[in-house]
Amino acid sequence: MNTFRIGGVHPHDNKEYSAHQPIVECPLPKQAIIPLAQHIGAPAKPIVQKGDHVKVGQMIAEAGGFVSASVHSSVSGVVTKIDATVDAWGLKMPAIFIDVEGDEWLPEIDRSSDVRRDCTIEAKEIIDKISKAGIVGLGGACFPTHVKLCPPPGQKAEVLIVNGVECEPYLTCDHQLMMEHGEEIIIGIQITMKALGIHRAIIGIEKNKPDAIARMHELTRKTLGIEVMPLQLKYPQGGEKQLIDACIGRQVPSGALPIATGAVVDNVATIYAIYEAVQKNKPLISRVMTVTGKSVAKPGNYLVRFGTPLTQVVELAGGVPEDTGKIIGGGPMMGRAMNNINMPTHKRTSGLLFLPESESRRGIEENCIRCGKCVSACPMGLEPYLLSRQSELKMWDEMEAHNVMDCIECGCCQFTCPSHRPLLDYVRSGKATVGGIIRARNAKK
Amino acid sequence: MKNLIVAPAPHAHSGDSVRRNMLLVIAALMPAYAVSLVAFGWGALITTLISVAACCITEWVIAKWVLKQRPTLCDCSAILTGLLLAFNLPSNLPWWIIVIGAIVAIGIGKMTYGGLGQNPFNPALVGRVFLLISFPVQMTTWPRPLGFSSSYVDATTGATPLAAMKQIVKGNADLVSQLPDLKDAFFGFMGGSLGEVSALALIAGGIFLIGMRVITWHIPVSILATIALFAWIATPEGFACSHEYILYTLLTGGIMLGAFFMATDYVTSPMTAWGKIVFGIGIGLIVMVIRTWGAYPEGMSFAILIMNATVPLLNKIRPKRFGGGA
Repeated sequence: MNTFRIGGVHPHDNKEYSAHQPIVECPLPKQAIIPLAQHIGAPAKPIVQKGDHVKVGQMIAEAGGFVSASVHSSVSGVVTKIDATVDAWGLKMPAIFIDVEGDEWLPEIDRSSDVRRDCTIEAKEIIDKISKAGIVGLGGACFPTHVKLCPPPGQKAEVLIVNGVECEPYLTCDHQLMMEHGEEIIIGIQITMKALGIHRAIIGIEKNKPDAIARMHELTRKTLGIEVMPLQLKYPQGGEKQLIDACIGRQVPSGALPIATGAVVDNVATIYAIYEAVQKNKPLISRVMTVTGKSVAKPGNYLVRFGTPLTQVVELAGGVPEDTGKIIGGGPMMGRAMNNINMPTHKRTSGLLFLPESESRRGIEENCIRCGKCVSACPMGLEPYLLSRQSELKMWDEMEAHNVMDCIECGCCQFTCPSHRPLLDYVRSGKATVGGIIRARNAKK
Repeated sequence: MKNLIVAPAPHAHSGDSVRRNMLLVIAALMPAYAVSLVAFGWGALITTLISVAACCITEWVIAKWVLKQRPTLCDCSAILTGLLLAFNLPSNLPWWIIVIGAIVAIGIGKMTYGGLGQNPFNPALVGRVFLLISFPVQMTTWPRPLGFSSSYVDATTGATPLAAMKQIVKGNADLVSQLPDLKDAFFGFMGGSLGEVSALALIAGGIFLIGMRVITWHIPVSILATIALFAWIATPEGFACSHEYILYTLLTGGIMLGAFFMATDYVTSPMTAWGKIVFGIGIGLIVMVIRTWGAYPEGMSFAILIMNATVPLLNKIRPKRFGGGA
């Protein structure tokens, strides 16, 4: 069974809490707060004003550049203000506030649950539709999808790799999506292949989801060029570079884009969004997210419209557990600890994890014993113990020479460190500084 | 809502700890220790207790009163050093020599550099080599393994297989007949220091450590392979075939203890796979050079200490980067 070739760790997957829980639709909020920057790149520019009436699916902010994504209203109602709201870390971010009135959708959106198979439009039109629908990578990075589907000149896509790995412990939303909307995902894959002008796709799924592997096998039996590839269980297999290595055995060179290997990687949730946008004219206004944790009353997978306050989703899952010490947006390996749950859901909210107090604190830091476990665990083949020390000592040139910019911040080093050293904290901050130095140097040239 | 804990990712940990690793190594030493207890009786027990206690007390005193650090005894590294030091000593060594060895091992070998993780040389070997040079007679008077009948003080002593091997290498081919049976060397009834009597038990412990992912295969395999290759090329006269010499070389003396437990010490061995392999090859070569041409019958301690000194350099060997860059 395939997997990526360098490093990796085996965290307990903890998927049992929310796995196989059917997707439940979260009720409409009274007020939706829709952030303008839900993606990597320039924030979107609002095209509505205070007092405007909007419908579900109506574009309310347009892409602020090529690497950007448009934003659509997930509810119908009246725009009350365009103002700052507070994100999960207490920082301000611009958003459009809409008071919800009824649930009136744009007429061109097909709301039926029928599966629409035939796709007659051409590649360029498909990409145009994806761009207009505001679709971004739903695996975590939120990179605008239409940008990925237009390889830079001189580079050609050969294979589409569909990411059904979901290697973050606890999260199960992609798994459940594959189980409930497998057919749509296969059509989405065919549409994406058509957009890229290629005839080969691989769906990578880790072996801890045997039912999803079986379901996808069954659905792809009669399709041409789509292969289901079961993968060994290893974190961070869902990382773009690791997944390409696992599926086609090619490694993205340092500093290059994944397309250099001929592969385009999209998450299953993104593929589902592509299906909805192209076949049903439905822009990206909702997603499935996992709410889970050992003490959560009703852990499960919830379909939320963007802008719904997290508190409302938490209510649906039985409220904040008594013993909560840490709330994480995303999974435990790469997710972010939040200081409040008053923020709205958006394209990036793949999960909400409640860790009990007893699992919320870091271990006591001890001396580095130079065991080399971080070196063995690093999926990029870096030396985390060295980078972390260089970062402590502000040795920026040495950090750059030791390839700090290749770090994908997966956390394997810190996860594996027997001395509980905050390796990634140092590497991450050093990487930010070195990145700034490199940008300044390039700007001077 | 009550206050939430915030910290950057990752929020999960493997559960591994310094203490867990040290305890696993101690556990892996237990089969060999059991054989020692049977072979050397009370001497093995008393030597070990003195060594472990002296190491722990030295570390505590220096951490508390000299370095004024939080004493780190609970990470169990001092216990392991004490155990490994005892494994390298004859089981009838006077108690005060053991104490001196422990003070040198922890005091000079480890705490002068700032404690756990900072020392360039394997502390147990620093202690052992100090004693070897300071007390050459006591350190090379090996008790015969006799089982529980032998007592700590009056153990009879005799030449070790290693001393015989040295003579054979020097040309006394007829001494081959005096070597112990290979089976005895493997299962553990030959003279030698406390911990090296049973190659089988040491190999079992080493495989356990590799299986538990405490150590990797790189260092032991490269050491053993280098020694085997050297012995194969330079088999002295007197042996029926070179395989016999290879087996005697690997099974006598401190090779197994050194390869699986001393050279693999985290702090004093390289970080990367290739660094570890070069490190192991270096140890294997130096051991054979000392055994073949040197003054001592055994060279494992010296070989490991010499290669310890090269670790900062070997750490410049980079791991294989993703994407093939350098």
